[in-house]
Amino acid sequence: MTTETFAGPQDFFQAQLRWHWIEIAFWLAMLLPFVLTPNYLVLASQIAITALFVLSLDLILGFSGIVSLGHAAYFGVGSYTVGLVSKWGWGEPLTGLLLGGIAAGLFGYLTSFIIARFRHLALIMITLGIGLLLVEAANSASWLTGGFDGLQGIHTWRIFNTFRFDLYGYTAYGYSLAVLFVVFLVARRLIHSPFGLALRGIRENGQRMPAIGAATGQHIRTIYTIAAIIAGIAGATLAETTETVSLESLGFQRSADVLVMLILGGTGRLYGGLLGAIVYMVARDQFSGLNPQYWYFWIGLLLIAVVVLLPNGILGGLTLLARRLKVAS
Amino acid sequence: MRKILCGLAGAALVVFGAAAANAQGTVKIGVIISYSGQFADTGAQMDNGIKLYMKQHGDTVAGKKIELVRKDNGGIAPDVAKRLAQEAIVRDGADILAGFELTPNALAVGDVSAEAKKFMVVMNAATSVITTKSPYIARTSTTTPQLNYTLGVWAAKNGIKKVYSMVSDYGPGIDAETWFQKGFKDGGGQIVGSVRFPVANPDFSAFIQAAKDANPDAIYIWIPGGAQPAAVGKAIAERGIDRSKTKILGQDALTFESALQGMGDLGLGIITVSNYDFNHDSPLNHDFVKAYNDEFHRNPDIFSIGGYDGMHLIYESLKKTGGKTDGDSLIAAAKGMSWESPRGPMSIDPETRDVVQTVYIRRVEKTPNGLRNVEFDKVLNVKDPAKAMKN
Amino acid sequence: MPPVFGVLFDGVAYGMLLFLMSVGLSVTLGMMNFVNLAHCSFAMLGGYVTITLMNAMGWPFLATLPIAFIAAAAASVVLERVFFRRFYNASELDQCLLTIGIVFVSIATAAYIYGTDQQPLQLPTYLHGSFNYAGLSFAVYRLFLIVVAVVITVALVLGLEATRFGAQVRAAVNNQRMARGLGINVDGLFAITFALGSGLAGLGGALAIAMLGLDPSFAFTYLIYVLIVVSVGGLGSIAGSFAAAMLLGVSDMAGKYYVPAFGSFLIYLVMLLLLIWRPTGIFGRR
Repeated sequence: MTTETFAGPQDFFQAQLRWHWIEIAFWLAMLLPFVLTPNYLVLASQIAITALFVLSLDLILGFSGIVSLGHAAYFGVGSYTVGLVSKWGWGEPLTGLLLGGIAAGLFGYLTSFIIARFRHLALIMITLGIGLLLVEAANSASWLTGGFDGLQGIHTWRIFNTFRFDLYGYTAYGYSLAVLFVVFLVARRLIHSPFGLALRGIRENGQRMPAIGAATGQHIRTIYTIAAIIAGIAGATLAETTETVSLESLGFQRSADVLVMLILGGTGRLYGGLLGAIVYMVARDQFSGLNPQYWYFWIGLLLIAVVVLLPNGILGGLTLLARRLKVAS
Repeated sequence: MRKILCGLAGAALVVFGAAAANAQGTVKIGVIISYSGQFADTGAQMDNGIKLYMKQHGDTVAGKKIELVRKDNGGIAPDVAKRLAQEAIVRDGADILAGFELTPNALAVGDVSAEAKKFMVVMNAATSVITTKSPYIARTSTTTPQLNYTLGVWAAKNGIKKVYSMVSDYGPGIDAETWFQKGFKDGGGQIVGSVRFPVANPDFSAFIQAAKDANPDAIYIWIPGGAQPAAVGKAIAERGIDRSKTKILGQDALTFESALQGMGDLGLGIITVSNYDFNHDSPLNHDFVKAYNDEFHRNPDIFSIGGYDGMHLIYESLKKTGGKTDGDSLIAAAKGMSWESPRGPMSIDPETRDVVQTVYIRRVEKTPNGLRNVEFDKVLNVKDPAKAMKN
Repeated sequence: MPPVFGVLFDGVAYGMLLFLMSVGLSVTLGMMNFVNLAHCSFAMLGGYVTITLMNAMGWPFLATLPIAFIAAAAASVVLERVFFRRFYNASELDQCLLTIGIVFVSIATAAYIYGTDQQPLQLPTYLHGSFNYAGLSFAVYRLFLIVVAVVITVALVLGLEATRFGAQVRAAVNNQRMARGLGINVDGLFAITFALGSGLAGLGGALAIAMLGLDPSFAFTYLIYVLIVVSVGGLGSIAGSFAAAMLLGVSDMAGKYYVPAFGSFLIYLVMLLLLIWRPTGIFGRR
């Protein structure tokens, strides 16, 4: 850890916000699929959307210490909002994102009042319970949501009246990547701010924070709502690019998957979540292509290997490696 | 500019793909099934049906080699299904899409089939509207209304006057409930009560007791396969339902082989409706079952026959088009095709592209080979009533 | 007797089964704070052991039950030595990931060895059928379940209250640091408790086949119910697990009988309300 001295808090944040060359390289690399692997663009688009979803979970779990097993609830709310709006006649993608985000944010705000009061196992189970209840409600309200069969009749209009969502996925990936990047910029700015530091304080020692005057409850509710908005935007993007929405957008499987991806990549570092999403989804795609019946086995081994060998997730391991290389040279 | 690039790239891919396919004389079929997860077993059976057909009829049709590109859907995931279909067409050069045990997945892929103009064969998913999603879809399994409406009408005409209906609270179950009750009422019967179970319900005791309280002539039960049928059978016995007074009616999943093994003698006398059972008494079926046993060491079921007949449809359509694989030629060839399957006679309705077949009413009986679904009544040439009634 | 009693009897039996599957996780979570999401894999293992012994080797059902217990306990000892031991002080999230990885591997292995379909089980004839009492019929197997669970509960409680080992376990659950300070070998204690808990899960899994069925997805499907029982009952509390399992089993059944439209909601709603009222569980501490 390099020790720098700063003239004041503003300088500290300025330093944090400076773009590291690796970050620039990462985002440029995200453009490579257009050129190198044009047959995989649909997969890339879904990875970008999932990465956005993992990012939203990182904000509450990695940075604030709130473990949620029901985060897909907000993803699903975003998806269904866009789906319904499109079905009822308005399929404009960008406003759709806004609507999805707002709806999910509202739901997140309401639930944050319950969430903020609990920790540990009770919190995990409550988030799980809320998620499961929402799935049951969506199933029962099949007149609205299409139930088991999923929402039909979604049609997304062209972006800026020019780009059509095509079979090959060019537009889908471009769109998803753009959404991911923009939201990422916002999240990055948020984290490197006094608010972001307060969150980390809450994660490390929630009981001490009020002693230094931090409004813990309010901070938690704020970040939870923001995370819900982002999850909703991710869900909305999925609904728009695939023109399908179904119950599993809200379901436990999706909540569990996103948690696994975040831990895999490394929590509390923004890029960890993105890396985790990429690695997990590519691995799953490749394993299931090689071995459709038993790919679970290889994914399980991958998870075990990462936990045993890389204690801070993949990003943690890479950072360690980089540090070792720097020391060696 | 982006649009032009996209168009060029797309055109290049299509031309390359088509050229590559024709140059080698291969027809690729993108098989999209759940090979893992909760529905892995149905996927395995469907895949077995496909494999057996190819083993028996070779892998060359109309001078072209048939190649399967298998993709795991992993359960209910329409966004994944859509992506897999797109990848099958774009990445692997698939000409035909096949498989689909689950409705949400089939519906999502329907869009891809329509846009890319590819022939799509649905081998299991049973919701009526699926075939309307794309003009290139044909189905070789069955539809929920086809089976349950027939059962309802049959029950009313065969001395059952009051029925208590119980179904799983999700799409297929609600579909079944709607059509059974319609058929039963059309036949002159009376529904004395109805309830919907939660989908992941492990224990049926409370629901069965409520059914018993209503004192019906028969209880109609619709649940998906898996662990639930055996649990239902036990609940029926445990709650003391008098089987001589109250009949049990249901669809095939209630008396699948694994369900009967779990229920034992509790299953005797249950009446179910289906389009296929491995116990069907015809020489063609006996040969089919024997070949299936030899190859896979288990008995075929509705998923197997859906896969088997689906491959038959693909092969025969290809023969009719002389190897042409574009969607328009293949669907035109498929329409109106009829053949004798191990399940009995079946055909593809030229108007709706849906399956027309014999629907069997069976009863669980003790045979020298153990408990079996014995067919004792049937209705010929049943079309999907949902679409028929719309016209 | 009004018919609801028959339904409640079934609910109690279902609750007992959940208790057997959950009690191990409650104690290990309470004692060592080790999040073992692979707990239901041990239950699944017990189930498959029973199936193999009965169908492939013709053993009688009752004889397979102790073997299911022992097999699951043995497997847990191996896993504990090789993996879990190193992660007692790791973050909860790492423990989650590790154990989820183990669940995935176990599901794929079960699918590979046994296939993906339901495993049939033929219970011995004396456990078949039902008997009548006060105008209602009760299943013999459910009565058997209740008897077995009660015997085990009594044994556990006696073991915990009346033996030195039990006293040490209680001390370690209450305050691990203090217990170590007093010279109690907490690690060894945990290894034994872990084996016991996993063994009970294996037994629960074997008993569950006739009621809930068995296929490779068992390890995931019932994890949610087990987590609900453990969180509602309170970590580290046998009485808590018992009470929570009973409550959930009975309220689930009663709910489905009286208000079937709410059938699926009820169990999650009950859990939410109980946790909001008592975040550490009915009998939880801290």
